[in-house]
Amino acid sequence: MMEKMIFGRYVPADSVIHRMDPRSKLLIVLLFVCVVFLANNAITYGALVVYTLLMLAMSKVPMRFVFGGLKLVFILIIFTFLMHIFLTREGPVIFELGWFKVYEEGLRQGIFISLRFFLLILITSILTLTTAPIAITDGLESLLGPLKKLKFPVHELALMMSIALRFIPTLMEETDKIMKAQSARGVEFSSGPVKDRVMAIIPLLIPLFVSSFKRAEELATAMEARGYRGGDGRTRYRKLVWSGIDTLMLLLLLALTILLIIFRT
Amino acid sequence: MDISLKNVEYRYQVNTPFERLAIQDVSIDIPSGTFLALIGHTGSGKSTVLQHLNALLKPTAGEVVIGERTITSEKKQKDLKAVRQKVAIVFQFPEHQLFEETVEKDICFGPMNFGVNEEEAKRRAHEAIKQVGLDESILQKSPFDLSGGQMRRVAIAGVLAMQPNVIVLDEPTAGLDPRGRKEIMDMFYQLHKERNLSTILVTHSMEDASRYADKIAIMHKGQVYKVGTPLEIFSDPEQLIEMGLDVPEVVKFQQKLEKTFGHKFAKTCLTIEEISQEMPRFLKRGEA
Amino acid sequence: MKNSLVQIRNLSFKYDEHADYALKDVTFDIYEGEWLAIVGHNGSGKSTMAKLLNGLNFPKEGSITVDNLLLSEETVWDIRDKIGMVFQNPDNQFVGTTVQDDVAFGLENHGIEREEMIKRVHDALESVKMEEFLDQEPHHLSGGQKQRVAIAGVLALRPNIIVLDEATSMLDPRGREEVLETIRQLKASQEMTVISITHDLEEAAKADRMIVMNKGQLYREGSPEDIFQLDEELISLGLDIPFPVKMSKMLKALNIPVSKHHLSEEELVEELWTSHSKM
Repeated sequence: MMEKMIFGRYVPADSVIHRMDPRSKLLIVLLFVCVVFLANNAITYGALVVYTLLMLAMSKVPMRFVFGGLKLVFILIIFTFLMHIFLTREGPVIFELGWFKVYEEGLRQGIFISLRFFLLILITSILTLTTAPIAITDGLESLLGPLKKLKFPVHELALMMSIALRFIPTLMEETDKIMKAQSARGVEFSSGPVKDRVMAIIPLLIPLFVSSFKRAEELATAMEARGYRGGDGRTRYRKLVWSGIDTLMLLLLLALTILLIIFRT
Repeated sequence: MDISLKNVEYRYQVNTPFERLAIQDVSIDIPSGTFLALIGHTGSGKSTVLQHLNALLKPTAGEVVIGERTITSEKKQKDLKAVRQKVAIVFQFPEHQLFEETVEKDICFGPMNFGVNEEEAKRRAHEAIKQVGLDESILQKSPFDLSGGQMRRVAIAGVLAMQPNVIVLDEPTAGLDPRGRKEIMDMFYQLHKERNLSTILVTHSMEDASRYADKIAIMHKGQVYKVGTPLEIFSDPEQLIEMGLDVPEVVKFQQKLEKTFGHKFAKTCLTIEEISQEMPRFLKRGEA
Repeated sequence: MKNSLVQIRNLSFKYDEHADYALKDVTFDIYEGEWLAIVGHNGSGKSTMAKLLNGLNFPKEGSITVDNLLLSEETVWDIRDKIGMVFQNPDNQFVGTTVQDDVAFGLENHGIEREEMIKRVHDALESVKMEEFLDQEPHHLSGGQKQRVAIAGVLALRPNIIVLDEATSMLDPRGREEVLETIRQLKASQEMTVISITHDLEEAAKADRMIVMNKGQLYREGSPEDIFQLDEELISLGLDIPFPVKMSKMLKALNIPVSKHHLSEEELVEELWTSHSKM
């Protein structure tokens, strides 16, 4: 199950969407999250679906991979749908079986709300699937740039994120190593009573903490030795490039927004 | 306790796009009381083999026989603890596994997991700490207040206190200074001799392999390339060098001499004493 | 005689949490363009030395002058520009998410223009032969490769001195050789001053000059040839002597004439050959 999860996974490929500026993708997701709430009828929802599927198609990420990866989400969506079917009692009854009645409003809301939920998940998945985590960090840092004037530590936050990303595989490896070392000393992580398994976490966590602190200290020393003294006066090696497609996709979403405002009921 | 690997294969992350063959068709016999050195490049499969020796990994094909137990890919394994008590592993940088408040508690941790009572575990802790060359007063200290070299010894003591029949060492001296390296290796060798403890040493040091081991297995690209006595292995140094592996300094030196003088020594020498003894005879032939 | 680039005078240092001095009254010079090996057992004070050189710690007593600049709180950043450091653990000094990002990290800190950065990143990676790994992530690299990237990160900043603080001690033989070969080539091609802090005696034997540290004090200073004459004394300091020296000694003991304790096998073989072949 975990291997198929697509949340937060980046799938490298060469597509228009992959090449887009992370800032435009972040802006699109942000705007989309607001716009989705404007939709309230078939036309408006239809327009959103078209836009999202267009993005997905352009991203060249295999459909099967995306929908396979969202299985867990589908269960949640179906649950949401059923909740509305069962609990909303407005409008005319359109289906009846004994005591069980489905109202038109229930069906409508069930469909729309599930769809809204689904679209939100899909659009954020497209973002993470097509954008390397470090690019998302760069995009965020750039977008939040103006907040620096308000003394908000944008640079530090972005650096923290990028270092965290850099060290995830290292820490995973380390966890595996320590688990094995403690297993060799008789700890059982995957069998035995629940209480023992919970206790088994301690000989894993303490060494992990100790080594992480050591890493952090050494990393700080190494950064200082290479002249790191905070964000002021730093230049940037990674450059974000805003191109035509970024403007186009954003404009398309803006047009869609206007469309939504006109056609919503 | 005898250990034997029969046509062992191991694949990481089977049935995912990340599937990777780590070792293939590995067969090694390790009879009780052997000192085996496992050598090869990083990535040659040494560590994967090592983790099969006490069932931390289960082969994806073939079988591993550890004493009375047979471990194969099919069987769901129960009670691996019994195996792990008998075959202990000192991992690379074992000081990373320390976690208790005191050195004593940490050393007792392994034995007590295997059902040894506290009193006996403490007795073993006192014995083990002396074995690794530290003072008993250190037992009440926090392991995190010790120097790197001391932490290494404490971690090793924690493994010795489990009183295994077989001990597997994964580069136990990595990062130590020359004195520390020699002391640790001499200690393991002494244990091996005194208690007839089977010892499996994974190492990059050809010096250690030739000095301590009675059998050497070379791993190359996930397979066993050759198994033999140090003499058998190092009498064909060209082969090793071709594989990008090192040979002991003595062997290298002998090779250079033979090349320069154009004639051979009577035998392959593995120690500096041996080659010195052979030297007068070798040099005389040059004069003749 | 070469110019003295760094002057270390009566240096003492003590960590707050320890009673003993980690360094006591150490005085020596580092000369331009030399390869200086500082050796000593673990805890002899050699790594403390490295941290002081770069102002990562400040001395309790004594002074360090680098390229006519006296190390102080005010000059520390200028001195760090002159001294590049490669540390022991390959993982814990890799800051960037990819190879090129990591090399660029130091340049970004120094506010170098982007165009210039791209050029320097490429040049630096080329000189450590890692130019094909630009976008590689650190967990896909070997220890030796990571250390070469760390060297590239230092090179990109164009320091006068590069300090290897036990930079090869966590590597396998292949990685160690990769790193040392890289340094040898750099030293030859770029006139770099190299200080290697190590307990690998084979590595130290190839240096121009050696300093032996013991219990925080400078025990001996000299050419590798001089230092390895110390012989048993080195072993009692927790160090070792390289194989050719041991061999020379052994042969002498057997009354086979050897003119000196050779540092390289080639030299020893050569001498044996000349003295025994054409008689």
